[in-house]
Amino acid sequence: MKADGSSTVGPLTSVAAELYAEEQPKVKVSVGTSGTGGGFEKFCNGEIDIADASRPIKDTEKAACDAKGIKYAELEVANDALSVVVNKNNDFVDCLTTEQLKKIWDKDSPVDNWNDVDSSFPDKKLSLFGPGTDSGTFDYFTKEINGEEKRSTTNYTPSEDDNLLVQGVSADEGALGYFGFTYFEENTDKLKALKIDSGNGCVAPSVETAQDGTYAPLSRPLYVYVSDKALEREETIDFVEFYIDNIDDVVNEAKYVPLTDAQKTELSKQYEAVKAKA
Amino acid sequence: MSAQSLNTPLVLTRRRPRLAELAFNFAIRACVFFALGFLLALLAFVVYKGWSRLDSRLWEGMPTARKSRIDTAGVQSAILGTLWVVLTTAAIALPLGISAAIYLEEYADNRRWYNRILELNIQNLAGVPSIVFGILGLGIIARAFGLGFSVITAAITLALLVLPTVIIASREAIRAVPSSIRHASLALGASKWQTVWRQVLPAAVPGIATGSILAVSRAIGEAAPLLMLGAVTLVLFNPDGFDSVYTTLPIQIFNLIKAPFDGFQELASAAIVLLLAILLAMNALAIFIRNRYAKKW
Repeated sequence: MKADGSSTVGPLTSVAAELYAEEQPKVKVSVGTSGTGGGFEKFCNGEIDIADASRPIKDTEKAACDAKGIKYAELEVANDALSVVVNKNNDFVDCLTTEQLKKIWDKDSPVDNWNDVDSSFPDKKLSLFGPGTDSGTFDYFTKEINGEEKRSTTNYTPSEDDNLLVQGVSADEGALGYFGFTYFEENTDKLKALKIDSGNGCVAPSVETAQDGTYAPLSRPLYVYVSDKALEREETIDFVEFYIDNIDDVVNEAKYVPLTDAQKTELSKQYEAVKAKA
Repeated sequence: MSAQSLNTPLVLTRRRPRLAELAFNFAIRACVFFALGFLLALLAFVVYKGWSRLDSRLWEGMPTARKSRIDTAGVQSAILGTLWVVLTTAAIALPLGISAAIYLEEYADNRRWYNRILELNIQNLAGVPSIVFGILGLGIIARAFGLGFSVITAAITLALLVLPTVIIASREAIRAVPSSIRHASLALGASKWQTVWRQVLPAAVPGIATGSILAVSRAIGEAAPLLMLGAVTLVLFNPDGFDSVYTTLPIQIFNLIKAPFDGFQELASAAIVLLLAILLAMNALAIFIRNRYAKKW
């Protein structure tokens, strides 16, 4: 059984595969991380059974799946709060509005000093760190903040390796960066997460605010897509069922934001509907 | 020493180091120290960082994505995956490459246009970036041939990647066999085939082996084309056939470094030391074979 896709969701499916292997050592599950887009490409080509995605499937990808006659079910398995972070020693900023974020990150943005973001900020060079352009996180952030997917300034240090972004921001007092919540949580001694104000006051990223959606617009659901063909096999049904039944353990081990009770009910409902069809 | 040279005016033989010479000498030494120092610093850094994980857990444990299990995790499936892929690569690339070299050196007529094109092609292939082979492998071997994301797809792609190196090294080795050996063999009534098989090839073996080992060690370190070919992040089982799912050491290191949790980077460093040790051992073997079997003509 093969899963592939987002490197954000990959760890979740990996943990599920590990826990499952402890119970069913004969079933072989492998997990790849070629990115949300890369995962869907293989998924809609019939090459993998499960696609990990940090955004919903796009229309062009739907068309590719249709062309190959591949039907699928979308399952929401966890939440994430994209965290906007600054250096631990940065004491002049606690909260940014979405407009300010757009000013900083928009295409051809001239902002290169904190001073330009808000005149009350000190005269300090602003250096930006963010994920590379192939990442689903980049797609999501640019869409929510700049209004269009992949619309972004190019004047930042990109890396597919989030640990490098953590290092970059923690070494530069004027730095600003964004990445998934897990990487902030594991590095709270080096980083400070900013609150985000999207019009209803400043909200910090946390498990609670990601779950109730008040950390807007940067809290997002994470998905797993399962193909109908794969669900015809007993072992896939068994694995997916295991994944869903143990979703809390899986999310805790991977240090993600767990589903709310309502989301869990929804997940079971989605899955029952899939199983009835298969 | 003859009296003549003693009487030669000193001004002609005196070698007083000139400034330019001194500067050049210093510069080339600095280059060597810079390259070596850089390598040593890197080595010291990974050994230091991976020291706590350099034990049997490295090859006895399976990879993990869980922070809670990192202390018992290792890279066993990646070690075996690397072995499977690289041995299959060698099994494909070496016979093909050595045969091609024999043809080009012993049989091909250089005046024919198709042989010249062949030669030009091989030289060019040696300069193609490895990711291009990855794209080729994905489009043709994995998808058009339907071999999927498996050990054999990776091995065929890597074999194509190292083939030019094997051919070029083997040709050098065959060319180094003096033509007097060939002439003597032919003059004694041996056929062309007998001459190549019994005289030229045995004499060229050290050179061919050295070149082949170096080519194969390049395949071990490759990650870029394999990323295209679906070498996956987490495999909890060892490969069991040519159609098996696999992962390799470079891919595993790449993924470990990206993990958010403490402990994963240390394991990555330990895996880097292991990979370097394997490469060093292979290069040492190449040097040993060269020194042990090299013939003096």
